[in-house]
Amino acid sequence: MDTIYRLMEAVLPYEFMQYNFMKNALIAVLIITPLFGILGTMIVNNKMAFFSDALGHSAFTGMAIGILLGISDTNLSMIVFAVVFALLLNRIKLKNSVSTDTIISVFSSLSTATGLVILSRGGNFSKYSALLVGDILSISPKEILFLLLIFVVTLLFWGLCFNKLHAMSLNSSLAKSKGVPIVLLDNIFVVLIALIVMLSIKWVGILIINALLILPAAAARNIAADMREYHLFSVIIAVFSGIAGLILSYYLSLATGPTIVMIAAVIFFLTFLIRTFVNE
Amino acid sequence: MSEKKDSTNRKSILDQDDMLANNRMSEKKHMIDKKEVYKRIKAAPCATGAKMQTQHGAACGLHCIRMKDIGVKVGKTTIIEHINLHIHCGKLTVIIGRNGAGKSTLIKAMLGEIKHEGTIEFKDMRNNSLSDLKIGYVPQHLNVEKNTPTSVYDMFASYISNVPVFLWKSKKVYKKVKEQLAMFKAEDLIDKKVCDLSGGELQRVLLSIACTPVPNLLLLDEPVSGIDRNGMELFYHNIENLKNNYDLAMILVSHDLEFVERYADYVILIDKTIIKEGAPKEVLSSKEFEEVFGSSRKAWV
Repeated sequence: MDTIYRLMEAVLPYEFMQYNFMKNALIAVLIITPLFGILGTMIVNNKMAFFSDALGHSAFTGMAIGILLGISDTNLSMIVFAVVFALLLNRIKLKNSVSTDTIISVFSSLSTATGLVILSRGGNFSKYSALLVGDILSISPKEILFLLLIFVVTLLFWGLCFNKLHAMSLNSSLAKSKGVPIVLLDNIFVVLIALIVMLSIKWVGILIINALLILPAAAARNIAADMREYHLFSVIIAVFSGIAGLILSYYLSLATGPTIVMIAAVIFFLTFLIRTFVNE
Repeated sequence: MSEKKDSTNRKSILDQDDMLANNRMSEKKHMIDKKEVYKRIKAAPCATGAKMQTQHGAACGLHCIRMKDIGVKVGKTTIIEHINLHIHCGKLTVIIGRNGAGKSTLIKAMLGEIKHEGTIEFKDMRNNSLSDLKIGYVPQHLNVEKNTPTSVYDMFASYISNVPVFLWKSKKVYKKVKEQLAMFKAEDLIDKKVCDLSGGELQRVLLSIACTPVPNLLLLDEPVSGIDRNGMELFYHNIENLKNNYDLAMILVSHDLEFVERYADYVILIDKTIIKEGAPKEVLSSKEFEEVFGSSRKAWV
């Protein structure tokens, strides 16, 4: 880690780089944002924005269960609960296609409420309020390692299975006729989203994690003509918003997550304008 | 060769096939009078029809797909039941029926996408062996909205190759996609966005995806709207071409009775189960057809 720190100091001789927490935060941002940029493309394609939002909210219950069971590392209970939650929602989605959004909403509200009820026992909720907005400056090298691991796993999965995921998102019956194992892949995909959301939720925050997943891809969609541009723009927009948001929040003493989201939102509106302009 | 027993009949097919195997190379060079073939297939009963075809068309006619007692239940509701179908390669079978009669459900059952009762067998009559049925599918519509950044290449490559389309465009795959699109005169569309295609263009692209590689059974779910008359003509023309040049059976779910009358070899009218089947004229003039479509028939045509 020290070598990386020294390297970062040499490459980025700025004032904010002298603190180790800022170095950690920058590394974390450089891992999380491209990850979100990549995953977001498929979430937006599949119209799963609501689904990933519900997944984020399940963090409340996951954490609450961890505390009830007396687990010291609530990350574990959050991840387990989120994975179960994601698979359950996916099953419901596959079973009845009629009112998926209502069902997702019910489960999302339920898990939020359950989590809040348990966490606020004895009027102690303020202890957990950091979970709402997240705090990327508190990330530790060990947690960065986890992020790096999931980053590599995601890249591998994307490289091997993206075509099949894309085929499914266009028409699942057609994908099925070409021999794509649609249920399996769909499940792997939502488990992956669950893992990534849970591993980064403490740094990004429950309230805005979904924005970070959706905005870069939605912005890229406005200006991309094919899948390569879509991914490229999405990753660039995500990384740019992440770094700009981190630095800006440092100098202006703002919460980092929301600053990143605001920048991404501004970019979204810019690309939206570009699209409208080009179309006319 | 007027065998009555099934076994002797099968033997004769096998004998004939031996002979055909010897002559296969020279046979393929023959010019084919397709119209003649169709007349004879239509007129002939199932097994003999298959033999006739071997002598004339590119479809060998020796593959058959037999669906026995297909039924689908969702909860306690029966969507379709007791559907028996026997389909040969080189034939266009058209399924018609009112909305909600179970046409799409039947297609989904054939694709194996939903659980169903009954069996689907794909038999090679040359050696009487069962093999895996390769199904091609042309869906009614795609989950593509305005602005979806998916080019025709992206879509096509996603279905036929593992080279990740988000990373780079593979020259090899690109060439292959272009060739396949050319089969249906759609090669110029390769760099267009899928969401910008017209209904007819999209259907040609989907048809070439379904035929890469050429399946044993092609299932086509015809779009209800969005394709103009010229597009429809071209679509049926393409289907005719496929039928004439490749060894495959086709099932089309159709909403356009006029085209059905002109192009179908066999028509199946379903309403939960098969209520009438036979040659197009026969089905379209039956009393069952009248009951289902009533006086709206005139509005259809």
